[in-house]
Amino acid sequence: MIRNITRAAATLVVLSSGAAWAVNDVHIEDVAFAHEGPFGSFDQMQLQRGLQVYTEVCSACHGLKYVPIRTLADEGGPALPEDQVRAYATAFSVYDEAANPQLFDPEAGAVRALTPADKFPVNNALAAPDLSLMAKSRAAFHGPYGTGIAQLFQGTGGAEYIHALMLGYPEEPPACATGEEEGYYNSAFPNGGIPDSCKDEDGHPTIEGSWIAMSPPLSDDLVTYADGTPATVDQMAMDVASFLMWTAEPKMMARKEAGFTAVVLLTVLASLLYLTNKRLWAGIKHKDQA
Amino acid sequence: MAGIPHDHYEPKTKGEKWLNSRLPIVGLMYDTLMLPTPKNLNWMWIWGIVLTFCLVLQIVTGIVLAMHYTPQVNMAFASVEHIMRDVNGGYMLRYLHANGASLFFIAVYLHIFRGLYYGSYKAPREVTWIIGMLIYLAMMATAFMGYVLPWGQMSFWGATVITGLFGAIPLVGPALQEWLLGGPAVDNATLNRFFSLHYLLPFIIAALVATHIWAFHTTGNNNPTGVEVRRGSKAEAEKDTLPFWPYFVIKDLFALAVILAVFFAIVGFMPNYLGHPDNYIEANALSTPAHIVPEWYFLPFYAILRAFTADVWVVQLTSFVTFGIIDAKFFGVLAMFGAIVVMALAPWLDTSSVRSGRYRPMFKWWFALLAVDFVVLTWVGAMPTEGIYPYIALIASTYWFAYFLIILPLLGVIEKPLKQPATIEEDFNAHYGSAARGSVVAQPAE
Repeated sequence: MIRNITRAAATLVVLSSGAAWAVNDVHIEDVAFAHEGPFGSFDQMQLQRGLQVYTEVCSACHGLKYVPIRTLADEGGPALPEDQVRAYATAFSVYDEAANPQLFDPEAGAVRALTPADKFPVNNALAAPDLSLMAKSRAAFHGPYGTGIAQLFQGTGGAEYIHALMLGYPEEPPACATGEEEGYYNSAFPNGGIPDSCKDEDGHPTIEGSWIAMSPPLSDDLVTYADGTPATVDQMAMDVASFLMWTAEPKMMARKEAGFTAVVLLTVLASLLYLTNKRLWAGIKHKDQA
Repeated sequence: MAGIPHDHYEPKTKGEKWLNSRLPIVGLMYDTLMLPTPKNLNWMWIWGIVLTFCLVLQIVTGIVLAMHYTPQVNMAFASVEHIMRDVNGGYMLRYLHANGASLFFIAVYLHIFRGLYYGSYKAPREVTWIIGMLIYLAMMATAFMGYVLPWGQMSFWGATVITGLFGAIPLVGPALQEWLLGGPAVDNATLNRFFSLHYLLPFIIAALVATHIWAFHTTGNNNPTGVEVRRGSKAEAEKDTLPFWPYFVIKDLFALAVILAVFFAIVGFMPNYLGHPDNYIEANALSTPAHIVPEWYFLPFYAILRAFTADVWVVQLTSFVTFGIIDAKFFGVLAMFGAIVVMALAPWLDTSSVRSGRYRPMFKWWFALLAVDFVVLTWVGAMPTEGIYPYIALIASTYWFAYFLIILPLLGVIEKPLKQPATIEEDFNAHYGSAARGSVVAQPAE
């Protein structure tokens, strides 16, 4: 109650936004990603490692259908050399041929190899969600006091959600589990099923998270990083979360630069207009003679 | 033409005389730009310029966005991603357009509350006020339909909920709703007509804005004292006013530059601040989001819509008296639109002879409470309808109606207003001292 009142009082001073309150109460740990804050920029090596995790692990079930492969060469993104992007496209496996009729080659009677001009293929084989926009379609941070303003410095928490989901598989499911649940318990997943034995008499869950269909996707040294970074689960989770933030917001660097330039120019303009206005009115206003 | 006496345009050269006798367009622009403006206007009189800028920004960015957008249910969401990824500067255009809508509404709410406090709605400016309310309604319709176009989850479910309001109207409701949607549910026909209307309405708004400006250029601006400009002679009028150019143009542009610096910081650094994450999930008729929340600028009226539930006695009484024709759902719809209607009727509900809230000691406090009430309604509109929130919403909604229907009419009778200054000049000099006018005005000190 006190918490509600404090939160209410604080929210009164600012306009509440559409994203002002949490959809679920799953706690997501903040991660200091390089891309956060007005001056943050993507860590190019991290994006390349994240791309590797996506390619070797996630892409078996998840598509990236809005992301053109050529953008892997873009400045402000993974910035792979053009020949590497071409080689990457050719080698990419299409797991769900039925969902990608645009790739069907009638002469060969099969799916053709990808080119940089293609988008990443759709993958609906196991009904896993497309990951292109995942980092923007989830939000974990709404503070302080539900105003959401902290996202200026820590982001909305979409990338942190992905990181937490990767780390959210405990060795043992919660004690209240019956063992008959479908899927896997994940402490960061808000939207899955929860057995009645894990709810109180009002039907509210007594545990954080819920059961998810995805099996734990990462294990230590599942991939071998070319740059020698140790492939711990935590490292891979951070890398792929950062990569998926880029796929969701590929123009983030250009946007922040444009915003910064605009703010500087407008501040200069405002200062000049302030001085102009002051001089213009100086002959009209005579405060000292009042 | 009526109005404050001032110098009019006189064509001097042969070419000017030739044009002026055929189309007096230069004279029209001159009179518009040189309009005598009360010299005591404060910083709450800048929102008109901000609003005009917003309309232009939305139309310009919107026209370019429409060149790359596809209003078709299977392609709309992907075409927005195409804009974000492939179109030159497309990410900036879209974020400017989406956040531009929010700036538009922040400015319009401050503009409206400025008018409510300084009594700008009172005679002889009722027509300006009514046109303003029509602009506001058209803005809401435009913004609502624009939010549907990206075809995300909130687009789809927001459209389903809001068009469902029309279905609550007795007898004709379901037919009306189907006619609006172009089918039994929100689908391709809905998306197409919303796109068409979203493109059309801004031009209707532009025409209304021109009429709005025409109306208050005829009556003259209100000002913080609410005292009218003296119109006996040109010399008298000049003691109370200054020409719009350059005095107010430069002042307004300064304010606009400051506001835009903040605006661009939001667009550049947190462009999804006022959006909803669910709208980055493509619309899915089979999966309802956990909480359907409208855009922030609809929240006050959304709160009023939801406040009048079936267990409120007024609703029960109304339902009983009308033999159940007006049920709780329809009552909520009537309350939501009624909240705007009572605001539009303010010129006739306010019985006080004093225009500006500055000289109304009781009104001041009731007005401050209305401003707080508006913020509370915005906040509670985003909260779930459980716990204490429905009670807060009901109290806040009741105050909204009480302010316009009871407090405004009553205050005019019981309130003893303070002494107003005799002229605008007197008010201005009380703040800034009396300077010798004349040469000093024409040539700002070097």
